[in-house]
Amino acid sequence: MSLDLPLVFTVLMGVSILAYVVLDGYDLGVGMLMPAADAAQQETMVASIGPFWDANETWLVLGVGILLVAFPVAHGFVLGYLYLPVVAMLIGLMLRGVAFEFRIKAVGWHRELWNWLFWFGSFLASFAQGFMLGRYITGFEAGFDYFLFSVMTGASVCGGYVLLGATWLVLRTDGALHDKALAWARWGLLWIALGVALVSLATPLLSETVRHKWFDFPATAPLMLLPLATGAAWLWVWVATGRLKRKAIAADWAPFAGAVAIFTLAFAGLAYSLFPYIVMDKLTIWRAAAHPSSLKVVLAGALVVLPLILAYTFVSYRIFRGKVSAPLYH
Amino acid sequence: MDGSEALFLARAQFGLNIGFHILFPTITLALAWLLVFFRVRYAQTRDPDWLATYTLWVKVFALTFAMGVVSGIVMSFQFGTNWPGFMRAVGNVAGPLLAYEVLTAFFLEATFLGVMLFGMNRVPSWLHVLSTVLVAVGTSLSAFWILALNSWMQTPAGHVFEEGVLIAGDWIEVIFNPSFPYRFTHMMIASGLTAAFVVAGLSAWRLLRAPDDRAARRTLRVGVVVAAVLAPVQILVGDLHGLNTLKHQPAKIAGIEAIWKTERGAPLVLFAIPDAQQQRNRWAIEVPKLGSLILAHDADAEIKGIDAFAPDAPPVAPIFFAFRIMVGVGVAMLALAWSGLWWLRGGRAAPRWLLWAFAGFTFSGWIATLAGWIVTEIGRQPWLVTGVLRTADAVGAISGAQLGASLTAYVLTYALMLVAYVVVLTHLAGAGTAGAPAGVADTRAEAVHA
Repeated sequence: MSLDLPLVFTVLMGVSILAYVVLDGYDLGVGMLMPAADAAQQETMVASIGPFWDANETWLVLGVGILLVAFPVAHGFVLGYLYLPVVAMLIGLMLRGVAFEFRIKAVGWHRELWNWLFWFGSFLASFAQGFMLGRYITGFEAGFDYFLFSVMTGASVCGGYVLLGATWLVLRTDGALHDKALAWARWGLLWIALGVALVSLATPLLSETVRHKWFDFPATAPLMLLPLATGAAWLWVWVATGRLKRKAIAADWAPFAGAVAIFTLAFAGLAYSLFPYIVMDKLTIWRAAAHPSSLKVVLAGALVVLPLILAYTFVSYRIFRGKVSAPLYH
Repeated sequence: MDGSEALFLARAQFGLNIGFHILFPTITLALAWLLVFFRVRYAQTRDPDWLATYTLWVKVFALTFAMGVVSGIVMSFQFGTNWPGFMRAVGNVAGPLLAYEVLTAFFLEATFLGVMLFGMNRVPSWLHVLSTVLVAVGTSLSAFWILALNSWMQTPAGHVFEEGVLIAGDWIEVIFNPSFPYRFTHMMIASGLTAAFVVAGLSAWRLLRAPDDRAARRTLRVGVVVAAVLAPVQILVGDLHGLNTLKHQPAKIAGIEAIWKTERGAPLVLFAIPDAQQQRNRWAIEVPKLGSLILAHDADAEIKGIDAFAPDAPPVAPIFFAFRIMVGVGVAMLALAWSGLWWLRGGRAAPRWLLWAFAGFTFSGWIATLAGWIVTEIGRQPWLVTGVLRTADAVGAISGAQLGASLTAYVLTYALMLVAYVVVLTHLAGAGTAGAPAGVADTRAEAVHA
């Protein structure tokens, strides 16, 4: 049996992008929530993502790297269409990344400036990612209505990342910040509900391919489990945040787990809609794939190295587990 | 908007990004190993001064590393957006090399950087030392893969064509292509020199304000010794690299030496204004036959001129001048490092003029490194991959307006980042290790605790 290499790399790329969205999603979300907290809480928030943000961002490099290496034609095509939002995202990520370092070392109004840029960078990167999602799933169609749709998906991804960031803070902090984060999580939930609903309605309406995939009998019945499960995860987070607020339960991990489930399920739905296209209705993964010889070489390396990466990532999260308290250097 | 303008903008933008990016890995690549030295010395001696030194330089490292990471992510996108033809033509070789860099280096350094920065009080000492080592290994691996790719673009080897598609025939030959060992060594030493001057320069800056700072006196000495050892080695390696280039990319050498016409007993052009229109040098100051002697180690050897390669020859003026800037700065670095060694002999305190000189030379490695990269990259033109792919054939379809707008945004962002970087670095150095009293690890290590 010969291995379907493009398919394998599609799965690898999907996993990398999902890992990126969830992992960098929570730290971008924390960045966006900064203005809603007081100065001491801001230090705790930054401390909660400090050891991780850099490695989290590396999943983006891996995802884009796989796109570049395994599907070079699609890389040029997709990123060519998304050129300006990509530039906006990169500038956002740059500002966020260096602001993280600069704000720690700065004093006075410099520190305020970098705090502000930390928020702005997180927001710009998140919004640009959501905007790109909107452009991507509508096949890069031109027109004001499509533009508006992408603005909505941009806002929804910001809301989704706020949900991840807030539930991360529920998990990692205590006291007043913990309670604030519970309230933020619910705002994030409302935004992500809007976003998921919007995308779920728009894609079948816009694309015949997607409509057939979801609504042709008899596939529809089992497929409906996906939106049902997403709804259940959504409800789970809503209920869990409520109970945590009333101190009825102590499972601080529950909202974050639910948020990750929402993202994973929504991602799975999108992946199902698109497959086997890498550019909607235009380019399949097999036509976009690189030469098998280079795919094999990369796959061999990935099979050896990825388990190691997962192992030491796990170790790093173990080392820094538990609640973060306010820093001592104040 | 014609094609040449889009090509110019795509090159300007990519050149700006890669030129900005390279500043930071050039420091972190070697600084990571200096941190290993500081960390191991502390583990051995338990001397609080070593801890304070480590703590200070870890902050410099973290800042520099972040600058490198964020500007590096831009590169991973621009390979596709600015040069789609590059991946189309040689992606089967370039892709796996880039993928191995991400897989073996990026995750390793990013993850253990977290442990190194924030984990000192959370993990056993051996694990913290190991994390510091793994960060250094990660940065060096990253340099290994990216320089393998760059060298392959300069002197491609090990590839075959299968039904018109370029693929790797022998990966060992691809990676260890003819110029790779020289370029890798040259770059690693360049990083060593750059980091050594940053360490010496910032320590000197501190000593100008606090002459009795013991930790700064020690790091000044470390920087000076490393620089004094590496500078002459670099000149030797540079010469070998030059001979290698003469063999594999003679057009680049013709440009560097501003030799327009093939001749025996070529002179060494010390200074001139190369005139591309008339294919000759104006106001040239030359030493007869020395060019042949240096390049071929034979005073009467024939050296091929630009005329032998035209029209596939690089532009002469930029690489001629960049090469002289690189060598000039390199020689000045050697002179200063050796003077430093003399004045600091036997534990003497440095005179103030010497401290000023080192402070002034803090970022001298940046100038030499950038000049060196200009020589090697512009010297490869008009090729993107020598003999395989022309730069003009790899450019994408991004419109000039989009390129122009994004170029402006990048320039503004980079200017802000660079100014902030230099200001914060001087500020950190000026405060010295005073901000980190003995016994307390990185203040931020305290930020996260159980």
